[in-house]
Amino acid sequence: MATNKLQAIKFNHTHLLGIQYLSIPEVNLILDESLAFVDLNRQENKKLKILNGKTQINLFFENSTRTLSSFELAGKRLGADVMNMNVAQSAIKKGETLIDTAMTLNAMHPDILVIRHQDSGAANLLSQKVNCSVINAGDGRREHPTQALLDAMTIKMKKGKIEGLRVAICGDILHSRVARSNIYLLNMLGAEVRVIGPSTLMPKYIEGFGVKSFTNMEQGLEGCDIIMMLRMQTERMDGSYMPSTREYYEFFALDYKKIKNAKSDALIMHPGPMNRGIEIDTNLADDINRSIIVQQVEMGVAVRMAVLKILMEAKQ
Amino acid sequence: MKKKAIINTRILDPRNNIDEIGGILINDIGKIEAIGKKVTKENVSNAEIYDCKNKVSIPGIIDMRVFVGEPGFEYKENFRTLSQAAVSGGVTGVATMPNTLPLIDNVSTLDFVKRRSRDKSIIKIFPMATLTKGAKGLDMTEFGLLKLRGAWGFTDGTQSIQSNKVMDQIFNYGKNTDILIIQFAQDNELSENGMINDSLQATKLGLKSIPESAEQLIIERDLRLLENYNTKYHIALISSKKSLEIIKNAKERGLKFTVGVSINNLSLNENDIGDFKTFLKLSPPLRSEEDRLALIDGVKQGLINVIVSDHKPEDEESKRLTFQQATTGASGIESLLSLGLELVHNGSCDLNTLINNLTSSPAKILGIRNGTLSVGSEADIAVFDLDKPWVFKKENIKSKSKNTAIEDRKLQGKVEKTFINGDLVFSE
Repeated sequence: MATNKLQAIKFNHTHLLGIQYLSIPEVNLILDESLAFVDLNRQENKKLKILNGKTQINLFFENSTRTLSSFELAGKRLGADVMNMNVAQSAIKKGETLIDTAMTLNAMHPDILVIRHQDSGAANLLSQKVNCSVINAGDGRREHPTQALLDAMTIKMKKGKIEGLRVAICGDILHSRVARSNIYLLNMLGAEVRVIGPSTLMPKYIEGFGVKSFTNMEQGLEGCDIIMMLRMQTERMDGSYMPSTREYYEFFALDYKKIKNAKSDALIMHPGPMNRGIEIDTNLADDINRSIIVQQVEMGVAVRMAVLKILMEAKQ
Repeated sequence: MKKKAIINTRILDPRNNIDEIGGILINDIGKIEAIGKKVTKENVSNAEIYDCKNKVSIPGIIDMRVFVGEPGFEYKENFRTLSQAAVSGGVTGVATMPNTLPLIDNVSTLDFVKRRSRDKSIIKIFPMATLTKGAKGLDMTEFGLLKLRGAWGFTDGTQSIQSNKVMDQIFNYGKNTDILIIQFAQDNELSENGMINDSLQATKLGLKSIPESAEQLIIERDLRLLENYNTKYHIALISSKKSLEIIKNAKERGLKFTVGVSINNLSLNENDIGDFKTFLKLSPPLRSEEDRLALIDGVKQGLINVIVSDHKPEDEESKRLTFQQATTGASGIESLLSLGLELVHNGSCDLNTLINNLTSSPAKILGIRNGTLSVGSEADIAVFDLDKPWVFKKENIKSKSKNTAIEDRKLQGKVEKTFINGDLVFSE
């Protein structure tokens, strides 16, 4: 099935810089491709040769455990040679600019550059300067497209559809690239998206994205099918954005009491890493009837494999 | 020097309410000898003739906000390259910002700049000194001494005075020496790490914003303090509609002060930033279309008195970075008039108002005798074709830095000749 669609739909990009640049058929193509890799990843022999001879460099300017390892595994399972660049120890710290780093890496003829950077737009800038495919693994506050794709995949697996679902994204929307990519994607696929958080952590013009915003968790969760919790940085809880952790927990953390406002079969997601006891009740996070956080991680590898494969095919 | 005569031209001199076809006669020491209908080919037989039929002749433009790299940033712009860029845009005089290295906050650096500009510059340089030592916003500079040695105004340039007490003292002490105080209005806390307008655009690009309130707070505060003094005060740049409301309100209370705007904020809006064009990272930031239209209206109503290029040459290395890391500012002295003429052609503003804001009005604020074609004044003249279409190309930029905000923009109206003290310094 996936193969037929692949022939019918063209993926019109050599890079994956953000969900905002994708069309619905392109998103569906990625999700369909991912499905096959979910099955593969559950088998004993997980190794393919699709990307044999290709070089993938993971260029991470920000610390990451799960995204980096997920991209690394995805590349390796498809047969690519994968190299992780730990930028904290590299020349960037000695004052080299992003473009110079890009030119250096470009000279090594990689086929794929996966980049995470603290500045919004960094992946776009890089993509203008290199010959290979660039995948945005998170740029500043702007986009984290593979996270949104894996979230969509997880929802699809668990709920069978995305269209018509009511999804709440909760917490620090202001600083969140995960929120932005998810809003783009879920809106595109026909979900009703809500954002919930204190107004100090809510972008003033967020409703321009086509979402409804709430500062009251109980109201915001009303009738929701999916609740996405975001990571809350503790350094923002010292009075600069929130008076304290306990005030945040009281009003904005997801617990058994607040979740009653959502649908009875509502599922909980979190991009990780979680702050237990800050944005989510620890028992709720582990509740196998509610939490699909572990599945998100599983889908992450499959989705990234699909993205790698499609980008390499599109380039040919 | 032989006498020169510009004839058959449309003379536009807002200071003297002149808008007529005629000629300008320049005497042998580079001053204007006669002007008007009587200056014809027949009457000036002994002069070098420039027939400027169908062209407009205006006083040389005075640009009140220009950054030049001397001393310290010569690789971005020096007096020679600045002059070449300026005259190609009809600019004959500039107020230079003191944000050099070292800063112009003392008499000896000011002396250096005066000597360098005397030796290297074709255009007239009116240097500014800082209001505070090190532009740190704490201790006043030697207003009196610096003024005696040739500082035409005082501003911390890219920095804004934050402390209420310091600003109050500046207004108070500045009165003694009758200095011109120029404030770049931006609250540091509200604008911290900010890059672009506070809007949906900022949320989409994931960039931290500079809210309009950062500008308004400083303007409102300064105007409240100004009420107690009678010091000359000029707001360097405004970017938002709400700032105009504050200004209007203060003028209605009878306060006397003047206001500038960057041509960038009149010609561009936040949407032009697109996907992270760092050449459009400006300070103050480009704001909404509504703000842009309000600013044009402010020019028309006379709430805004001068239009500046905010010429800030930056080398490529300072711009070839992520938006967050890139430095602010755009090179703009060459396109100032043409972008202004765009506003005339699209009906936003009449020609006389535009030229007044580029010539007579800045000269008055600076207290200089230029910016007019009055008989006896220095013959600084720009001649332009009002309708000539052209494309602003990066490769034709004369400034040392090529960081234009309007690359490949189609423009209508171009400078063809520039005279300074009667010398033809630019012609094409």
